[in-house]
Amino acid sequence: MSLNPEDKTIAFVIKPILFTVCLVPFITLVIGAVNNTLGTNPVETMTHETGEWTLRFLLLTLMITPLRRLSGKSWLIKLRRMLGLYAFFYACLHFITYIWFDQYFDWMEVVRDIPKRPFITVGFTAFVLLIPLAVTSNNKMIRLLKKNWVKLHKLVYVIAVLGVLHFLWLVKADTLEPLIYASILLILLGYRAYYQRRKNI
Amino acid sequence: MAILIRKKPGIKSSEITPKSVYLDRRKFMKHSLATSVLLATDAMLPAWAKKWPDLADSKYSTKDTPSTFEEITTYNNFYEFGTGKEDPAKNAVNFDAKPWSITVEGECSKPGTFDLEDFIQPYALQDYIYRLRCVEGWSMVIPWVGFSLADMLKTFEPNSKAKYVEFTTLYDKSRMPGQKRRVLNWPYVEGLRIDEAMNELPIMAVGLYGDMLPNQNGAPIRLVVPWKYGFKSIKSIVKIRFTETQPKTTWNEAAPKEYGFYSNVNPDVDHPRWSQKKERRIGEPFWKPKIDTVLFNGYGDQVAHLYQGMDLVKNF
Ligand code: HEM
Repeated sequence: MSLNPEDKTIAFVIKPILFTVCLVPFITLVIGAVNNTLGTNPVETMTHETGEWTLRFLLLTLMITPLRRLSGKSWLIKLRRMLGLYAFFYACLHFITYIWFDQYFDWMEVVRDIPKRPFITVGFTAFVLLIPLAVTSNNKMIRLLKKNWVKLHKLVYVIAVLGVLHFLWLVKADTLEPLIYASILLILLGYRAYYQRRKNI
Repeated sequence: MAILIRKKPGIKSSEITPKSVYLDRRKFMKHSLATSVLLATDAMLPAWAKKWPDLADSKYSTKDTPSTFEEITTYNNFYEFGTGKEDPAKNAVNFDAKPWSITVEGECSKPGTFDLEDFIQPYALQDYIYRLRCVEGWSMVIPWVGFSLADMLKTFEPNSKAKYVEFTTLYDKSRMPGQKRRVLNWPYVEGLRIDEAMNELPIMAVGLYGDMLPNQNGAPIRLVVPWKYGFKSIKSIVKIRFTETQPKTTWNEAAPKEYGFYSNVNPDVDHPRWSQKKERRIGEPFWKPKIDTVLFNGYGDQVAHLYQGMDLVKNF
């Protein structure tokens, strides 16, 4: 009896299914944009949807390790890279929406805007930090960087915290939704702290 | 579906509909009512079925193309019915604006509490097509039905101590479900300096697109101050008070550094979270660039004199 599906099943069944499912929010947005069904303010819908999916994929990525440990299904680790890259994919869409439909390629204004508005500053920092992680996510880089790879990829915690802060700072009065994300992140980080302490004693 | 076609504001229904056709259509309407009720809400009815089909147009009405009825009624900031833009349209469906009374009090000679009908009866209604600029960086063009705020206020004979006017929204959790959560310090309060209130532009609105004001837009009666950010135009008003001191207004109290008492539309004074230089005109295709925001939302000719000698950056 095995908790783990065969490698072939993971590569040719599970991963393609996951890949397709993760693409659904993007496809939904594209269909909505083409048919003009993204609501009264389509740019706002695009910004919010891509932003929320970036955060969701970040948290999903961070969920893999606790899930794997708690369930014993160690094969789950094989899905983590894809989830992380999807977080980056949605972050790129989110950033493109901002550059294109919000600022309309007014680069001078973008350069002024990023340091000026605190929520944009932290969002942009998170986005920039995601780039090295995406670039070093392939097997070759993992081999090349060895121990440094693990260190580098610890940045994902910083990114997730900045992502939540970005959300918290952009809402006007109703902090319920960002606080839900903050709680999930706190649980995920708390679990890691707890696990480390147990390991050390 | 001919019955869903809306008249262009500014054109009287008598000009576009000969009487016989009008009567025929009335008959047709009766027959198709069963189906049309399913398809259309009241305010989507054609011009001749509206409550105020052919009011005179205010001389201050803009020539900008009005936003559609759907845009105006599905994208609202009205936290009393939820904090999402689509929440008010959903959560205000069952709101019953009747009976409604308004209390006028404070520094005036003729205070009192009035039934809504009696309250609005003395004033001449007009169509006012005004631009609305939200502090969040989007704008619409809205064909209100209303009457002059100044005319209304004068009826109550404010005295020399009346330096400000304060407005209050209904506070009733059972009717306004958004008030069950304390996202703002209910009830919602807004205010104007008396000379701003006595300006010719602000109106009390009771209608939209020639018909009754939809619940999500502030039924049954709201303020519209077109040169200020939208949150100054308080909805569903139950109380008006003349005061000597500056009213404590809701958003200003919630975040004093972000929302000033004046909150005049001003492209040169940025909000910490939104640049105010440009705005997205709702209804424009999403791939089009935003348009430039104009000082006082383009109503400078009427209102700039109110702020002469004032530092608009300090008094944002
Ligand atoms: C990892 C990086 C980022 C994450 C996780 C993220 C996440 C989010 C989330 C969750 C929202 C709110 C969605 C909602 O209200 O439903 C949002 C909104 C937004 N984000 Fe980001 N974001 C990131 C990076 C950026 C960057 C780089 C920019 C621009 C330079 C940006 C600009 C915006 C803007 C303009 C909004 C909308 C604000 C508003 O509605 O007023 N974000 N983002």
